[in-house]
Amino acid sequence: MDPAYIEDPFTIWDKLRVTCPVAHTDRRGGAWLLTTYDDVSKAAHDIERFSSLEVGVIGAEEGEPDPLLPYGLPPISSDPPLHTWTRRLLLPWFSHTRIEEYEVLTRDLCRRQIEGFIGEGHADAAVDYAQQIPVRIIATILGVPATLSDTFTGWVRDVLEFADEKERAKSGGDAIVMYMIEQLELRKKDPQDDLISELAHTIHDGEAIEDGVILGMAGLVLIAGIDTTWSAIGSSLWHLAQHPEDAARLVAEPELMDSAVEEFLRIYSPVTMARMVTLDTEFHGCPMHKGDKVLMNFPAANRDPEAFERADEVVLDRAHNRHVAFGSGIHRCAGSNLARMELKVALEEWLRRIPEFHLAEGARVTWAGGQVRGPRSLPVVF
Amino acid sequence: MKVRVDDDKCQGHARCHALAPEVFDVDDYGHSIVRDDGLVPEGYQEKVDLAIANCPEFAITELEVRP
Repeated sequence: MDPAYIEDPFTIWDKLRVTCPVAHTDRRGGAWLLTTYDDVSKAAHDIERFSSLEVGVIGAEEGEPDPLLPYGLPPISSDPPLHTWTRRLLLPWFSHTRIEEYEVLTRDLCRRQIEGFIGEGHADAAVDYAQQIPVRIIATILGVPATLSDTFTGWVRDVLEFADEKERAKSGGDAIVMYMIEQLELRKKDPQDDLISELAHTIHDGEAIEDGVILGMAGLVLIAGIDTTWSAIGSSLWHLAQHPEDAARLVAEPELMDSAVEEFLRIYSPVTMARMVTLDTEFHGCPMHKGDKVLMNFPAANRDPEAFERADEVVLDRAHNRHVAFGSGIHRCAGSNLARMELKVALEEWLRRIPEFHLAEGARVTWAGGQVRGPRSLPVVF
Repeated sequence: MKVRVDDDKCQGHARCHALAPEVFDVDDYGHSIVRDDGLVPEGYQEKVDLAIANCPEFAITELEVRP
């Protein structure tokens, strides 16, 4: 992917939204790109015409599906009815009550990370901080050891960031599945208080859940819960590093943190998802064909001036913010409560100890883009 | 005044609960449940307006108070 596009896709999306709101590209097997809030929202709710059987932004799946994951990663890669019951099993793990438990853990984790580098006067806010947080909470939910965090992070990056490199993406995906198979077998015999154990011992429709479904669900939690939130934390810190006035305001008015978190989610939405057209149809005047890929550009929708005043500005106390960073419709991010909490706690703890910081001189900030956009290296000094 | 949440539209974003917890409760699936049959206590109108304006599903509607 073009590095300039990854660093600043917004100028292109702003142009497209006006000139060609439903754009088509022939690159990567072809795809439609939606850029208005209205279109993205409409397509997200039109599950009859826009299926979730293919949600990967990069690379079309070719050939036979993975025999170990016959349903992909439900519920994200499924339509009802599979979507409905698998999602219902996941949601309570991300309920408000659960999130309160994880918050204690998250805050402690953030504090320990900061103590590890604060004496140095500089850090990579992406690698040393943002990247370290969500993976450990996800490990707790799955019941897998947080000591393997770097390994998990590596696998997830292989799958999402290097989807272009087929071999690498496949090896990351295979590693996740193999690991989950091992964990599932352990929990079938010796259940613990974690998501994999619960799924292994749940009866659905009178039968135990198929291994292929459980592996997909566990894989989804790992893949969806790590670099998404880490990207949101990193982008927010990237913003604050360059806007000391915003950092100072959040320190002086901590009650603004909730609306600020929503605003960062809106303007730096990390995630784009895809849909697959189910029949030959017309959408916003464009002829779409069965099997076409449609990119649900949530980040572009969230900068649509028709939907948001001062859409391209960060307004920390924005009162009306119907952003769709977590999507909308039946596929609303199941982990949105967790992500919000992690982002809020990560920013609060950072600003508590490091209220003043800026990008390191001559720093090379690098970005990942595509399915998940966010900084991968963010050198700052304080 | 009273509010209602359209169960078919609500997808569990839980924005209303975050902005007006006195009026909107939330279940384990994230779905919003109005407290007190949707009756908005005095002084909470502003919070409810915010909840309405932040719901990505446009699931909350205001109802007139019935006599």
